[in-house]
Amino acid sequence: MSDQTILGAPQPSGFPESGPLLEVRDVATRFRTGRGMVQAVNGVSFVLQRGQTLGVVGESGSGKSVLSRSIMGLLSSNAERTGQIIFEGADISDLSPAGYRELWGKEMAMVFQDPMTALNPVMKIGNQITESLRFHLGMDKNEAKETAIALLRAVKIPEPEQRFKAYPHEMSGGMRQRVVIAIALACGPKLLLADEPTTALDVTVQAQILDLLADQQRERFMGVILVTHDLGVVAGRADHIAVMYAGRIVETAPTAVLFREMQMPYTEALLSAIPKLNQASHTRLSAIGGRPPDLINPPAGCAFSPRCPYAQERCHVEQPPLQESPTTPGHYFACFYPVNSPETKAAKERIAVEQLMATAPIDPRPEGA
Amino acid sequence: MAGSGTAHLRDPNQMLLRVENLVVEFPVGRKGTVSAVSNISFDVAEGETLGLVGESGCGKSTTGKAVMQLPRPTRGSVVLDGQELTALSGEALRTARPRFQMIFQDPISSLNPRRTVADIVAEPLNVWKVGTAEERRARVDEVLGTVGIDPEAAASRKPFEFSGGQCQRISIARAVITDPKLIICDEPVSALDVSVQAQILNLLEDMKARYGLTLVFVAHDLAVVKNVSDRVAVMYLGKMCEIGPPDDLYSRPAHPYTAALLAAIPLPDPSIDPGATAHLGGELPSPLNPPSGCRFRTRCPRAQDICAQSEPQMQKVGEDHYVACHFPLETPVAAPGVH
Repeated sequence: MSDQTILGAPQPSGFPESGPLLEVRDVATRFRTGRGMVQAVNGVSFVLQRGQTLGVVGESGSGKSVLSRSIMGLLSSNAERTGQIIFEGADISDLSPAGYRELWGKEMAMVFQDPMTALNPVMKIGNQITESLRFHLGMDKNEAKETAIALLRAVKIPEPEQRFKAYPHEMSGGMRQRVVIAIALACGPKLLLADEPTTALDVTVQAQILDLLADQQRERFMGVILVTHDLGVVAGRADHIAVMYAGRIVETAPTAVLFREMQMPYTEALLSAIPKLNQASHTRLSAIGGRPPDLINPPAGCAFSPRCPYAQERCHVEQPPLQESPTTPGHYFACFYPVNSPETKAAKERIAVEQLMATAPIDPRPEGA
Repeated sequence: MAGSGTAHLRDPNQMLLRVENLVVEFPVGRKGTVSAVSNISFDVAEGETLGLVGESGCGKSTTGKAVMQLPRPTRGSVVLDGQELTALSGEALRTARPRFQMIFQDPISSLNPRRTVADIVAEPLNVWKVGTAEERRARVDEVLGTVGIDPEAAASRKPFEFSGGQCQRISIARAVITDPKLIICDEPVSALDVSVQAQILNLLEDMKARYGLTLVFVAHDLAVVKNVSDRVAVMYLGKMCEIGPPDDLYSRPAHPYTAALLAAIPLPDPSIDPGATAHLGGELPSPLNPPSGCRFRTRCPRAQDICAQSEPQMQKVGEDHYVACHFPLETPVAAPGVH
C-alpha cells in the first residue's frame, strides 16, 4: 500500500525524537448528571511511544471512549477532568479551546465509531477533507484538492476524482469510514485515536479498514490508540493492551504477554466469554454473571468483585492497586488474588466440582407449561 | 452464491419448517423493484437451530421476517408444521401466530417503554384469553423466572429500568409464553456486550431444551452462529451460497465466500498476524443490479467465464453439506466419523 505517499502533509517530524509521544497521568473524568456524579474514568495512567499501538479494551460503560475523548479534549460541558495529559513533552491538560483547535487534525486526530454521523451530511466529502488542509497547512484551493484526492486514493477509494464531489449518503458505510480516516490523516497527525472504528462495519470490511489503518500507521510512524470491545481486533494489531473496567485500567501488558499470562480474572472471563471458531457448536459459554457496576455508586473494594467468582473477603472492602507483576516487568494488574494465586486456583477447583454436580440434565418441561 | 436449487432440502414430512423458492421484492422509485431475497430454499427439522449468516444487505433478516410473514413474501412457499403460511388469510394467519414468534435485535426498542414488564410478557396470553387472570399471572411469573428475571422485583417496573441484557431476557420471555414451535431470532445478541452475550446465548440453549423450541438464528457473527447452530446457511446478496453442519462447514468451507468470511474474523490470538491473510476486497454489489450468473463472482478469486454466464446450483459436497459454486474449494469428502 505504499503506492501513494501523501502529498502536502508534512512528514511526521516525530522520528528519532526522544521521549514518549503521549503520557497520561492519573486522569479522572466525572460527569454531573441528574442522578449524581458519574465516575466514568477513575485514575488512568499510561505511556504511548511513537509508532506504537495501544489497544484499549472494555465493555460498554468501562470508560474507554470517555478516556479517548478526555485525551482529545472533546468532553461535554458537564464533565470535570483532573490529572495530566502530556503530549510530546508538553502538558495539554488545561488547553483552551483555541489551543485544542491548533492540535486537532495536525497533531492528534480521531476516527469515530459511526461513519454515518461523523461526516457532515450536507457537505461534499472533498470539502470535508480540504477544510483542515487549508486551515492548518494554509494550502490554496487547488493544492488542497490535489492533496485530498491523493488521500482518497491512499485510503483506497476507487475513482477518487469523482468521489471528491460525492456526498456522504452516496457512499457505503465502509467507504464513509475510509473518508473519515482520510480526514483524520490529512494533516499528518502524530497520534491517531480510533474509537471503535470498525464496530459498525461488516467483518470483511472491518478487516479491510484495520489493514488500512495498520499500513498508514507504519508509513507515517503514528502512535495509535485503538479502542474496542473486541479482544480479537486488538490481539493481532496492538503492541500493548490495556483492559478497562469501571473507569480503571485493571490489567495492562504487551499483547503477547497479556494473552499468555493474563492475571486479572476479569480479563480471563472476557476472553472465555467469546464464542470461538474452533470450539464445537453448542459448547457452553462461560458467561460472566451480573452486569457492569453503576458508576454513580460504584461498589466498595474491587469494582469487579460482585461479579468475580473468585472474590475473597478482602476484594469487597479494599481497592486493589495496579501493580507490576513481580515476575514479568511491564505487566501490571489490579488484583489481590490473580488467576494463578493459590486462593483463586482453589476457588476454581471448587467451582468446577459444583458445576459438575449441577450439570444434571435440564428438568423436563414443567407440567401445564 | 449465487445459487439456487433445492438439492439440500430434506424429507418434507420430517421438517417443522420448509421454505421453498422464497422471493422478497421491494418497490424502488416509480416502477423498479429490488430483490432482497432471490429464490432461497431451506428447511429446519424440529428441535434444530438453523443459523443464517452473511454481511449486511445479504437478505438474512428479510428471510427471517418473510418466514414470519412480516411482510408476506413476494413469491415462494413457507410451510410450518404442514401449514402453508403464505396461503393463510389475515384472521387464519393471526390464529397461527402463537406458534411462531420473533426476537429482535434491539432489546430496548422492541419493548413498549410505557408498559410494565408483567403487561408486556402477559400480552400474548391476554390477546388469546388463555386461562383466568390468576393463571396468566402465575404463568408470567414462571416464564420470567426461567429467563432469569425475578418476577417479584421486575413485574411492575418498566423497560428503561433494565439493562440491554435484561431486556433481551424479557423479550425471550414474551416470545416463549405462547408456547411456540418456532422462534426467529434476528441478531438477538449483536447489541450486547460479550459478557452479556454469553449469558443470552446460554439462556437460548436452555429455553430450547426446556420448551422444545426450533430456532432460526439470524446473525452476522460467525462464531456466535457456530455456537448455537445445528446447521448453518451462508447468504450473499439475496442468495444462498452454502449450507451444512457447522463443524464441517467451518473446518472445510466449500464456497470461496464462506472461506473469505472466516478469514476476515479477527481472532483473539496474538500469534496470528492478521496482515498476513489476504482479505476479501471490494464491497457487496448493489442488489438493484446484481451481477449475472454467480452473484459473488465480482469479488471471487476463483471466478471464471462460466460464473458470469450461469448461476451455480446447489450440489452436495459432504454429508449434509451443500454448496452453490462452479469451483468449490477442495471438495471435501464425507469423512465418516469426522464431525
